[in-house]
Amino acid sequence: MSTYYAGLFADIGILMLGALSVYIILVTNQLSLGNAGFMAIGSYVASYLTVEQHWALTPALIVAALTACVIGVIVGFPALRLKGIYLAIATLGFGEMVRSFFLVFSPMGGSGGYRGMPHVSLGYIWAWTAGILLLVTLLERSRLWLEMRAIHDDETAAGLVGLNTTLTKVGAFGFSAAVAAIAGGLFAHHYIYIEPGNFGFERSIDFVLAVILGGSTVGAGALVGAALLVLLPEWLRFLADWRLAAFGAMLILVLLTRPQGILDRPLLGLLRRRSKPS
Amino acid sequence: MTAPSPTSLLRLAGVSKSFGGVRALRDVSLSVAQNRIVGVIGPNGAGKTTLFNVITGAYRPDAGDVTFESRPITRWPAYRIVRAGIARTFQNIRLFASMTVWEHLIVAQPRGGAPLRRMLPVRFADREALARAEDALMFFGLEKYRAALACTLPYGIQRKVEMARALSAGPQLLLLDEPVAGMNRDEADDLRGLLLRLSARGLSILLIEHDMAFVMNLCHELYVLDFGALIAAGHPSDIRNNPAVLDAYLGSEVAC
Repeated sequence: MSTYYAGLFADIGILMLGALSVYIILVTNQLSLGNAGFMAIGSYVASYLTVEQHWALTPALIVAALTACVIGVIVGFPALRLKGIYLAIATLGFGEMVRSFFLVFSPMGGSGGYRGMPHVSLGYIWAWTAGILLLVTLLERSRLWLEMRAIHDDETAAGLVGLNTTLTKVGAFGFSAAVAAIAGGLFAHHYIYIEPGNFGFERSIDFVLAVILGGSTVGAGALVGAALLVLLPEWLRFLADWRLAAFGAMLILVLLTRPQGILDRPLLGLLRRRSKPS
Repeated sequence: MTAPSPTSLLRLAGVSKSFGGVRALRDVSLSVAQNRIVGVIGPNGAGKTTLFNVITGAYRPDAGDVTFESRPITRWPAYRIVRAGIARTFQNIRLFASMTVWEHLIVAQPRGGAPLRRMLPVRFADREALARAEDALMFFGLEKYRAALACTLPYGIQRKVEMARALSAGPQLLLLDEPVAGMNRDEADDLRGLLLRLSARGLSILLIEHDMAFVMNLCHELYVLDFGALIAAGHPSDIRNNPAVLDAYLGSEVAC
Protein backbone atom coordinates (compact mmCIF):
# COMPACT_ATOMS: atom_id res chain seq x y z
CA MET A 1 0.00 0.00 0.00
CA SER A 2 1.35 3.45 -0.85
CA THR A 3 2.20 5.82 1.99
CA TYR A 4 -0.53 8.09 0.64
CA TYR A 5 -3.25 5.50 1.19
CA ALA A 6 -1.70 4.27 4.43
CA GLY A 7 -2.00 7.82 5.76
CA LEU A 8 -5.61 8.08 4.67
CA PHE A 9 -6.54 4.75 6.25
CA ALA A 10 -4.88 5.75 9.51
CA ASP A 11 -6.94 8.96 9.45
CA ILE A 12 -10.12 6.97 8.80
CA GLY A 13 -9.43 4.65 11.74
CA ILE A 14 -8.71 7.48 14.16
CA LEU A 15 -11.68 9.55 13.00
CA MET A 16 -13.94 6.50 13.26
CA LEU A 17 -12.99 6.01 16.91
CA GLY A 18 -13.71 9.68 17.60
CA ALA A 19 -17.04 9.35 15.79
CA LEU A 20 -17.87 6.20 17.79
CA SER A 21 -17.17 8.10 20.99
CA VAL A 22 -19.76 10.70 19.97
CA TYR A 23 -22.18 7.98 18.88
CA ILE A 24 -21.99 6.21 22.25
CA ILE A 25 -23.33 9.19 24.18
CA LEU A 26 -25.66 10.20 21.37
CA VAL A 27 -27.43 6.86 21.88
CA THR A 28 -28.51 8.19 25.29
CA ASN A 29 -29.67 11.44 23.64
CA GLN A 30 -26.69 13.49 24.80
CA LEU A 31 -24.82 15.49 22.15
CA SER A 32 -21.19 16.30 22.85
CA LEU A 33 -19.26 18.98 20.96
CA GLY A 34 -16.25 18.51 23.19
CA ASN A 35 -15.00 14.99 22.60
CA ALA A 36 -11.72 16.33 21.18
CA GLY A 37 -11.06 17.22 24.82
CA PHE A 38 -11.17 13.54 25.82
CA MET A 39 -9.04 12.78 22.77
CA ALA A 40 -6.47 15.33 23.96
CA ILE A 41 -6.38 13.75 27.42
CA GLY A 42 -5.79 10.32 25.90
CA SER A 43 -3.20 11.71 23.55
CA TYR A 44 -1.15 13.43 26.23
CA VAL A 45 -1.44 10.68 28.85
CA ALA A 46 -0.43 7.94 26.41
CA SER A 47 2.47 10.05 25.05
CA TYR A 48 3.71 10.83 28.55
CA LEU A 49 3.70 7.12 29.42
CA THR A 50 5.52 5.96 26.27
CA VAL A 51 8.04 8.81 26.10
CA GLU A 52 8.77 9.67 29.74
CA GLN A 53 8.03 6.32 31.38
CA HIS A 54 9.10 4.12 28.44
CA TRP A 55 5.91 2.07 28.59
CA ALA A 56 4.79 -0.05 25.69
CA LEU A 57 1.98 1.60 23.77
CA THR A 58 -0.77 -0.91 24.56
CA PRO A 59 -0.72 -0.52 28.36
CA ALA A 60 -0.23 3.23 27.87
CA LEU A 61 -3.41 3.35 25.77
CA ILE A 62 -5.33 1.37 28.38
CA VAL A 63 -4.25 3.70 31.19
CA ALA A 64 -5.05 6.72 29.01
CA ALA A 65 -8.52 5.29 28.33
CA LEU A 66 -9.14 4.68 32.04
CA THR A 67 -7.99 8.20 32.94
CA ALA A 68 -10.32 9.73 30.36
CA CYS A 69 -13.10 7.43 31.53
CA VAL A 70 -12.85 8.80 35.08
CA ILE A 71 -12.87 12.38 33.77
CA GLY A 72 -15.79 11.47 31.47
CA VAL A 73 -17.81 10.24 34.45
CA ILE A 74 -17.01 13.45 36.33
CA VAL A 75 -18.19 15.49 33.32
CA GLY A 76 -21.21 13.20 32.95
CA PHE A 77 -22.73 14.18 36.30
CA PRO A 78 -23.26 17.91 35.65
CA ALA A 79 -24.26 16.97 32.09
CA LEU A 80 -27.30 15.17 33.55
CA ARG A 81 -28.85 18.54 34.31
CA LEU A 82 -28.49 19.81 30.76
CA LYS A 83 -30.36 18.86 27.61
CA GLY A 84 -30.00 19.37 23.88
CA ILE A 85 -28.32 22.55 22.80
CA TYR A 86 -27.37 23.55 26.37
CA LEU A 87 -25.49 20.31 26.87
CA ALA A 88 -23.81 20.76 23.47
CA ILE A 89 -22.55 24.20 24.47
CA ALA A 90 -21.37 22.99 27.88
CA THR A 91 -19.38 20.14 26.32
CA LEU A 92 -17.94 22.61 23.82
CA GLY A 93 -16.76 24.61 26.82
CA PHE A 94 -15.20 21.49 28.32
CA GLY A 95 -13.30 20.76 25.09
CA GLU A 96 -11.92 24.28 24.89
CA MET A 97 -10.96 24.11 28.56
CA VAL A 98 -8.89 20.98 27.98
CA ARG A 99 -7.22 22.49 24.91
CA SER A 100 -6.36 25.68 26.83
CA PHE A 101 -5.00 23.60 29.69
CA PHE A 102 -2.49 21.83 27.44
CA LEU A 103 -1.63 25.15 25.80
CA VAL A 104 -0.18 26.40 29.09
CA PHE A 105 0.89 23.05 30.59
CA SER A 106 4.63 23.37 29.97
CA PRO A 107 5.74 19.91 31.27
CA MET A 108 4.10 18.46 28.13
CA GLY A 109 5.41 21.15 25.78
CA GLY A 110 2.63 23.70 26.14
CA SER A 111 1.98 25.62 22.94
CA GLY A 112 5.23 24.28 21.49
CA GLY A 113 3.81 20.79 21.18
CA TYR A 114 5.22 17.45 22.26
CA ARG A 115 7.26 14.88 20.35
CA GLY A 116 9.34 11.75 20.72
CA MET A 117 6.59 9.11 20.51
CA PRO A 118 7.37 5.82 18.77
CA HIS A 119 5.52 5.49 15.46
CA VAL A 120 2.81 2.84 15.19
CA SER A 121 1.87 0.80 12.16
CA LEU A 122 -1.39 1.07 10.28
CA GLY A 123 -2.12 -2.52 11.30
CA TYR A 124 -1.89 -1.60 14.99
CA ILE A 125 -4.25 1.34 14.55
CA TRP A 126 -6.77 -0.84 12.75
CA ALA A 127 -6.49 -3.64 15.30
CA TRP A 128 -7.81 -1.16 17.90
CA THR A 129 -10.31 0.39 15.55
CA ALA A 130 -11.77 -2.92 14.41
CA GLY A 131 -11.74 -4.27 17.96
CA ILE A 132 -13.69 -1.33 19.36
CA LEU A 133 -16.15 -1.32 16.44
CA LEU A 134 -16.74 -5.02 17.03
CA LEU A 135 -17.22 -4.37 20.75
CA VAL A 136 -19.79 -1.66 20.07
CA THR A 137 -21.55 -3.85 17.48
CA LEU A 138 -21.87 -6.63 20.06
CA LEU A 139 -23.00 -4.19 22.76
CA GLU A 140 -25.72 -2.98 20.39
CA ARG A 141 -27.38 -6.38 20.80
CA SER A 142 -27.28 -6.26 24.60
CA ARG A 143 -29.77 -5.25 27.28
CA LEU A 144 -27.50 -2.34 28.20
CA TRP A 145 -27.83 -0.85 24.72
CA LEU A 146 -31.61 -1.27 24.75
CA GLU A 147 -31.62 0.63 28.03
CA MET A 148 -29.58 3.42 26.48
CA ARG A 149 -31.99 3.61 23.54
CA ALA A 150 -34.95 3.67 25.92
CA ILE A 151 -33.43 6.73 27.61
CA HIS A 152 -32.96 8.31 24.18
CA ASP A 153 -36.58 7.71 23.20
CA ASP A 154 -38.28 8.74 26.45
CA GLU A 155 -36.19 9.32 29.55
CA THR A 156 -39.13 9.68 31.94
CA ALA A 157 -40.79 6.51 30.69
CA ALA A 158 -37.43 4.71 30.92
CA GLY A 159 -37.26 5.57 34.63
CA LEU A 160 -40.85 4.46 35.09
CA VAL A 161 -40.16 1.02 33.60
CA GLY A 162 -37.35 0.49 36.10
CA LEU A 163 -34.21 1.78 34.40
CA ASN A 164 -31.60 3.70 36.36
CA THR A 165 -31.21 6.52 33.85
CA THR A 166 -28.58 8.41 35.86
CA LEU A 167 -26.17 5.50 36.03
CA THR A 168 -26.61 4.65 32.36
CA LYS A 169 -26.12 8.21 31.11
CA VAL A 170 -23.04 8.82 33.25
CA GLY A 171 -21.64 5.42 32.25
CA ALA A 172 -22.12 6.29 28.59
CA PHE A 173 -20.06 9.44 29.13
CA GLY A 174 -17.28 7.40 30.71
CA PHE A 175 -17.25 4.83 27.90
CA SER A 176 -17.34 7.59 25.28
CA ALA A 177 -14.38 9.37 26.88
CA ALA A 178 -12.38 6.13 26.96
CA VAL A 179 -12.93 5.52 23.23
CA ALA A 180 -12.02 9.13 22.39
CA ALA A 181 -8.85 8.72 24.47
CA ILE A 182 -7.83 5.64 22.48
CA ALA A 183 -8.32 7.69 19.31
CA GLY A 184 -6.08 10.36 20.85
CA GLY A 185 -3.35 7.92 21.87
CA LEU A 186 -3.31 6.38 18.39
CA PHE A 187 -3.28 9.85 16.82
CA ALA A 188 -0.23 10.87 18.89
CA HIS A 189 1.69 7.73 17.95
CA HIS A 190 0.75 7.98 14.30
CA TYR A 191 1.72 11.63 13.79
CA ILE A 192 4.50 11.38 16.44
CA TYR A 193 3.93 15.02 17.23
CA ILE A 194 1.00 16.61 19.06
CA GLU A 195 0.04 20.15 19.94
CA PRO A 196 -3.08 21.55 21.62
CA GLY A 197 -4.29 22.87 18.26
CA ASN A 198 -4.83 19.27 17.12
CA PHE A 199 -7.69 18.95 19.58
CA GLY A 200 -9.73 22.04 18.88
CA PHE A 201 -13.38 22.59 18.18
CA GLU A 202 -13.00 21.51 14.51
CA ARG A 203 -11.93 18.04 15.61
CA SER A 204 -15.02 17.64 17.82
CA ILE A 205 -17.18 18.81 14.92
CA ASP A 206 -15.54 16.26 12.59
CA PHE A 207 -16.55 13.49 15.01
CA VAL A 208 -20.15 14.68 15.09
CA LEU A 209 -20.19 15.16 11.32
CA ALA A 210 -18.97 11.60 10.70
CA VAL A 211 -21.76 10.22 12.91
CA ILE A 212 -24.50 12.37 11.37
CA LEU A 213 -23.34 11.60 7.82
CA GLY A 214 -22.66 7.88 8.29
CA GLY A 215 -25.67 7.09 10.44
CA SER A 216 -26.46 8.17 13.97
CA THR A 217 -28.47 5.10 14.99
CA VAL A 218 -25.92 2.34 14.30
CA GLY A 219 -22.26 2.01 15.27
CA ALA A 220 -21.25 1.00 11.76
CA GLY A 221 -22.43 4.44 10.66
CA ALA A 222 -19.28 5.89 12.25
CA LEU A 223 -17.16 3.80 9.86
CA VAL A 224 -19.09 4.93 6.78
CA GLY A 225 -19.04 8.54 7.95
CA ALA A 226 -15.33 8.54 8.77
CA ALA A 227 -14.43 6.95 5.44
CA LEU A 228 -16.50 9.49 3.50
CA LEU A 229 -15.20 12.41 5.50
CA VAL A 230 -11.59 11.43 4.80
CA LEU A 231 -11.91 10.11 1.25
CA LEU A 232 -14.43 12.47 -0.36
CA PRO A 233 -12.24 15.58 -0.18
CA GLU A 234 -9.47 13.45 -1.80
CA TRP A 235 -11.72 12.12 -4.56
CA LEU A 236 -13.01 15.60 -5.24
CA ARG A 237 -9.52 16.98 -5.86
CA PHE A 238 -10.25 17.35 -9.58
CA LEU A 239 -12.60 20.16 -8.60
CA ALA A 240 -9.56 22.04 -7.30
CA ASP A 241 -10.64 25.09 -5.28
CA TRP A 242 -14.31 24.11 -5.50
CA ARG A 243 -13.94 20.82 -3.71
CA LEU A 244 -14.86 21.99 -0.23
CA ALA A 245 -17.95 23.72 -1.55
CA ALA A 246 -18.89 20.56 -3.45
CA PHE A 247 -18.32 18.53 -0.30
CA GLY A 248 -20.65 20.82 1.63
CA ALA A 249 -23.31 20.51 -1.05
CA MET A 250 -23.09 16.71 -0.97
CA LEU A 251 -23.42 16.74 2.79
CA ILE A 252 -26.60 18.80 2.60
CA LEU A 253 -27.96 16.51 -0.08
CA VAL A 254 -27.37 13.40 2.04
CA LEU A 255 -29.03 14.97 5.08
CA LEU A 256 -32.03 16.06 3.03
CA THR A 257 -32.61 12.57 1.70
CA ARG A 258 -31.52 10.58 4.77
CA PRO A 259 -31.76 12.65 7.96
CA GLN A 260 -30.78 9.61 10.06
CA GLY A 261 -27.54 9.27 8.03
CA ILE A 262 -26.53 6.86 5.30
CA LEU A 263 -26.71 3.70 7.43
CA ASP A 264 -29.65 2.95 9.70
CA ARG A 265 -31.20 -0.12 11.29
CA PRO A 266 -33.56 -1.03 8.41
CA LEU A 267 -30.76 -0.69 5.84
CA LEU A 268 -28.39 -2.80 7.95
CA GLY A 269 -31.11 -5.44 8.31
CA LEU A 270 -31.59 -5.47 4.54
CA LEU A 271 -27.85 -5.85 3.92
CA ARG A 272 -27.69 -8.68 6.43
CA ARG A 273 -30.57 -10.55 4.77
CA ARG A 274 -28.98 -10.10 1.34
CA SER A 275 -25.68 -11.48 2.56
CA LYS A 276 -27.14 -14.77 3.77
CA PRO A 277 -29.52 -16.12 1.12
CA SER A 278 -32.15 -18.39 2.58
CA MET B 1 -64.47 5.36 54.35
CA THR B 2 -62.90 1.94 54.73
CA ALA B 3 -59.97 1.64 57.08
CA PRO B 4 -56.83 0.23 55.43
CA SER B 5 -56.78 -3.50 55.97
CA PRO B 6 -53.69 -5.00 57.62
CA THR B 7 -52.90 -7.12 54.54
CA SER B 8 -52.64 -4.12 52.25
CA LEU B 9 -49.93 -4.20 49.61
CA LEU B 10 -49.98 -0.49 48.84
CA ARG B 11 -51.05 2.15 51.30
CA LEU B 12 -51.29 5.92 50.94
CA ALA B 13 -51.73 8.01 54.06
CA GLY B 14 -52.68 11.68 53.91
CA VAL B 15 -51.07 12.35 50.51
CA SER B 16 -51.25 15.94 49.24
CA LYS B 17 -49.72 17.49 46.15
CA SER B 18 -50.05 21.05 44.82
CA PHE B 19 -48.91 22.65 41.59
CA GLY B 20 -48.66 26.38 42.22
CA GLY B 21 -52.10 27.29 43.49
CA VAL B 22 -53.78 24.11 42.27
CA ARG B 23 -54.26 21.47 44.94
CA ALA B 24 -54.18 18.34 42.78
CA LEU B 25 -54.38 15.93 45.70
CA ARG B 26 -55.76 16.75 49.15
CA ASP B 27 -55.12 14.41 52.02
CA VAL B 28 -55.74 11.22 50.05
CA SER B 29 -55.58 7.92 51.91
CA LEU B 30 -56.23 4.62 50.24
CA SER B 31 -55.02 1.06 50.22
CA VAL B 32 -54.82 -1.80 47.78
CA ALA B 33 -54.95 -5.26 49.31
CA GLN B 34 -53.13 -8.27 47.95
CA ASN B 35 -54.70 -9.74 44.85
CA ARG B 36 -57.47 -7.17 44.50
CA ILE B 37 -58.55 -5.12 41.52
CA VAL B 38 -59.14 -1.57 42.70
CA GLY B 39 -60.47 1.28 40.59
CA VAL B 40 -60.06 5.04 40.90
CA ILE B 41 -62.75 7.10 39.20
CA GLY B 42 -63.51 10.78 39.09
CA PRO B 43 -64.13 13.60 36.63
CA ASN B 44 -61.35 15.02 34.43
CA GLY B 45 -58.85 16.97 36.49
CA ALA B 46 -59.81 15.20 39.71
CA GLY B 47 -56.17 14.23 40.34
CA LYS B 48 -56.23 10.60 39.24
CA THR B 49 -53.09 10.69 37.11
CA THR B 50 -51.32 12.83 39.73
CA LEU B 51 -52.11 10.05 42.17
CA PHE B 52 -50.34 7.55 39.90
CA ASN B 53 -47.41 9.90 39.42
CA VAL B 54 -47.00 10.20 43.18
CA ILE B 55 -47.19 6.43 43.71
CA THR B 56 -44.62 5.70 40.98
CA GLY B 57 -42.16 8.37 42.06
CA ALA B 58 -42.61 10.67 39.07
CA TYR B 59 -43.76 13.36 41.56
CA ARG B 60 -42.90 13.78 45.20
CA PRO B 61 -45.89 14.51 47.41
CA ASP B 62 -45.91 17.69 49.53
CA ALA B 63 -47.26 15.71 52.45
CA GLY B 64 -48.20 12.16 53.31
CA ASP B 65 -46.64 8.75 52.94
CA VAL B 66 -46.72 5.97 50.41
CA THR B 67 -45.99 2.49 51.72
CA PHE B 68 -45.52 -0.63 49.64
CA GLU B 69 -45.22 -4.00 51.37
CA SER B 70 -44.67 -2.06 54.62
CA ARG B 71 -41.70 -0.23 53.07
CA PRO B 72 -41.86 3.58 52.85
CA ILE B 73 -41.31 4.38 49.16
CA THR B 74 -42.36 8.04 49.22
CA ARG B 75 -39.01 9.50 48.27
CA TRP B 76 -37.59 6.67 46.25
CA PRO B 77 -36.50 7.35 42.66
CA ALA B 78 -38.90 5.98 40.05
CA TYR B 79 -36.73 3.06 38.97
CA ARG B 80 -36.41 1.73 42.54
CA ILE B 81 -40.17 1.76 42.96
CA VAL B 82 -40.55 -0.30 39.78
CA ARG B 83 -37.92 -2.75 41.00
CA ALA B 84 -39.74 -2.98 44.34
CA GLY B 85 -42.79 -4.26 42.44
CA ILE B 86 -45.00 -1.44 41.08
CA ALA B 87 -45.24 -1.06 37.30
CA ARG B 88 -47.51 1.24 35.31
CA THR B 89 -48.92 2.23 31.96
CA PHE B 90 -49.59 5.78 30.76
CA GLN B 91 -52.78 7.58 29.82
CA ASN B 92 -51.14 9.00 26.70
CA ILE B 93 -49.22 5.95 25.53
CA ARG B 94 -45.47 6.32 25.99
CA LEU B 95 -43.69 3.66 23.99
CA PHE B 96 -40.06 3.86 22.92
CA ALA B 97 -40.08 5.28 19.39
CA SER B 98 -37.09 3.35 18.05
CA MET B 99 -38.00 -0.04 19.48
CA THR B 100 -39.77 -3.10 18.23
CA VAL B 101 -42.40 -4.82 20.37
CA TRP B 102 -39.91 -7.52 21.29
CA GLU B 103 -37.32 -4.96 22.40
CA HIS B 104 -39.89 -3.34 24.70
CA LEU B 105 -40.43 -6.68 26.41
CA ILE B 106 -36.70 -7.28 26.89
CA VAL B 107 -35.68 -3.83 28.10
CA ALA B 108 -38.19 -3.67 30.96
CA GLN B 109 -37.29 -7.01 32.51
CA PRO B 110 -35.62 -6.87 35.91
CA ARG B 111 -31.92 -7.35 35.59
CA GLY B 112 -30.57 -10.17 37.67
CA GLY B 113 -27.38 -12.18 37.66
CA ALA B 114 -23.94 -11.01 36.61
CA PRO B 115 -23.57 -7.42 35.37
CA LEU B 116 -21.57 -8.77 32.42
CA ARG B 117 -24.63 -10.58 31.16
CA ARG B 118 -26.32 -7.24 30.56
CA MET B 119 -23.54 -6.31 28.16
CA LEU B 120 -23.67 -9.49 26.08
CA PRO B 121 -26.00 -10.02 23.14
CA VAL B 122 -29.41 -10.90 24.59
CA ARG B 123 -30.01 -13.69 22.10
CA PHE B 124 -26.93 -15.61 23.26
CA ALA B 125 -26.59 -14.67 26.87
CA ASP B 126 -30.05 -14.45 28.36
CA ARG B 127 -32.34 -17.33 27.53
CA GLU B 128 -34.55 -16.58 30.54
CA ALA B 129 -35.22 -13.08 29.24
CA LEU B 130 -36.06 -14.51 25.83
CA ALA B 131 -38.45 -17.02 27.36
CA ARG B 132 -40.20 -14.35 29.44
CA ALA B 133 -40.57 -12.13 26.38
CA GLU B 134 -42.10 -15.07 24.45
CA ASP B 135 -44.57 -15.69 27.30
CA ALA B 136 -45.61 -12.05 27.29
CA LEU B 137 -46.04 -12.04 23.49
CA MET B 138 -48.25 -15.11 23.72
CA PHE B 139 -50.27 -13.88 26.68
CA PHE B 140 -51.20 -10.66 24.90
CA GLY B 141 -51.47 -12.25 21.46
CA LEU B 142 -48.70 -10.06 20.12
CA GLU B 143 -46.62 -12.77 18.39
CA LYS B 144 -47.13 -11.47 14.89
CA TYR B 145 -46.08 -7.94 15.87
CA ARG B 146 -42.84 -8.90 17.59
CA ALA B 147 -40.55 -7.32 14.97
CA ALA B 148 -42.75 -4.29 14.28
CA LEU B 149 -41.87 -0.83 15.55
CA ALA B 150 -44.31 -0.52 18.45
CA CYS B 151 -45.35 3.05 17.77
CA THR B 152 -46.47 2.22 14.20
CA LEU B 153 -49.11 -0.26 15.43
CA PRO B 154 -52.83 0.40 15.92
CA TYR B 155 -53.85 2.11 19.14
CA GLY B 156 -55.38 -0.93 20.85
CA ILE B 157 -52.26 -2.98 20.15
CA GLN B 158 -50.05 -0.19 21.50
CA ARG B 159 -52.00 -0.31 24.77
CA LYS B 160 -51.32 -4.03 24.99
CA VAL B 161 -47.61 -3.48 24.31
CA GLU B 162 -47.50 -0.94 27.12
CA MET B 163 -49.20 -3.37 29.44
CA ALA B 164 -46.88 -6.18 28.40
CA ARG B 165 -43.89 -3.91 28.97
CA ALA B 166 -45.12 -3.04 32.46
CA LEU B 167 -45.65 -6.72 33.29
CA SER B 168 -42.16 -7.56 32.01
CA ALA B 169 -40.80 -5.70 35.04
CA GLY B 170 -42.32 -8.51 37.14
CA PRO B 171 -44.54 -6.34 39.35
CA GLN B 172 -46.84 -7.41 42.16
CA LEU B 173 -48.97 -4.33 41.61
CA LEU B 174 -49.92 -3.04 38.17
CA LEU B 175 -51.16 0.54 37.75
CA LEU B 176 -53.24 1.10 34.61
CA ASP B 177 -54.04 4.65 33.53
CA GLU B 178 -57.23 4.51 31.44
CA PRO B 179 -56.52 1.12 29.88
CA VAL B 180 -59.64 1.01 27.67
CA ALA B 181 -59.58 4.63 26.44
CA GLY B 182 -60.02 4.57 22.69
CA MET B 183 -60.92 0.88 22.62
CA ASN B 184 -64.15 -0.48 21.20
CA ARG B 185 -66.43 -2.74 23.24
CA ASP B 186 -64.91 -5.99 21.93
CA GLU B 187 -61.38 -4.85 22.67
CA ALA B 188 -62.44 -3.72 26.15
CA ASP B 189 -64.05 -7.12 26.84
CA ASP B 190 -60.92 -8.82 25.61
CA LEU B 191 -58.82 -6.68 27.97
CA ARG B 192 -61.16 -7.39 30.86
CA GLY B 193 -60.56 -11.11 30.30
CA LEU B 194 -56.79 -10.58 30.29
CA LEU B 195 -56.92 -8.57 33.53
CA LEU B 196 -59.00 -11.26 35.23
CA ARG B 197 -56.46 -13.89 34.16
CA LEU B 198 -53.63 -11.74 35.56
CA SER B 199 -55.57 -11.30 38.78
CA ALA B 200 -56.04 -15.07 38.99
CA ARG B 201 -52.25 -15.41 38.80
CA GLY B 202 -51.98 -13.26 41.95
CA LEU B 203 -51.37 -9.82 40.47
CA SER B 204 -52.91 -6.81 42.22
CA ILE B 205 -54.26 -4.07 39.99
CA LEU B 206 -55.01 -0.40 40.56
CA LEU B 207 -56.67 1.28 37.61
CA ILE B 208 -57.97 4.67 36.56
CA GLU B 209 -60.87 4.50 34.16
CA HIS B 210 -63.68 6.56 32.71
CA ASP B 211 -65.56 3.62 31.24
CA MET B 212 -68.09 2.93 34.01
CA ALA B 213 -69.34 -0.36 32.65
CA PHE B 214 -65.77 -1.63 32.53
CA VAL B 215 -64.96 -0.51 36.07
CA MET B 216 -68.20 -1.74 37.63
CA ASN B 217 -67.79 -5.21 36.17
CA LEU B 218 -64.15 -5.61 37.02
CA CYS B 219 -63.21 -3.92 40.28
CA HIS B 220 -63.57 -5.35 43.76
CA GLU B 221 -63.34 -1.90 45.23
CA LEU B 222 -63.64 1.70 44.03
CA TYR B 223 -62.32 5.05 45.16
CA VAL B 224 -63.89 8.26 43.88
CA LEU B 225 -61.77 11.41 43.55
CA ASP B 226 -63.21 14.88 43.05
CA PHE B 227 -61.10 18.08 43.04
CA GLY B 228 -58.18 16.12 44.49
CA ALA B 229 -60.08 14.73 47.48
CA LEU B 230 -61.59 11.30 48.07
CA ILE B 231 -65.36 11.60 48.30
CA ALA B 232 -66.26 7.94 48.46
CA ALA B 233 -64.82 4.46 48.69
CA GLY B 234 -66.31 1.02 48.70
CA HIS B 235 -67.87 -1.74 46.68
CA PRO B 236 -68.91 -0.76 43.13
CA SER B 237 -72.60 -1.35 43.88
CA ASP B 238 -72.44 1.05 46.86
CA ILE B 239 -70.60 3.66 44.82
CA ARG B 240 -73.22 3.47 42.11
CA ASN B 241 -75.87 4.59 44.60
CA ASN B 242 -73.77 6.99 46.68
CA PRO B 243 -75.47 10.43 46.50
CA ALA B 244 -72.19 12.37 46.75
CA VAL B 245 -70.80 10.43 43.81
CA LEU B 246 -73.94 10.83 41.78
CA ASP B 247 -73.79 14.54 42.41
CA ALA B 248 -70.11 14.99 41.59
CA TYR B 249 -69.61 12.67 38.75
CA LEU B 250 -72.04 10.09 37.55
CA GLY B 251 -74.96 12.47 37.21
CA SER B 252 -77.97 10.97 35.52
CA GLU B 253 -76.08 8.71 33.13
CA VAL B 254 -75.87 5.86 35.59
CA ALA B 255 -77.47 3.60 33.09
CA CYS B 256 -74.58 1.17 33.20
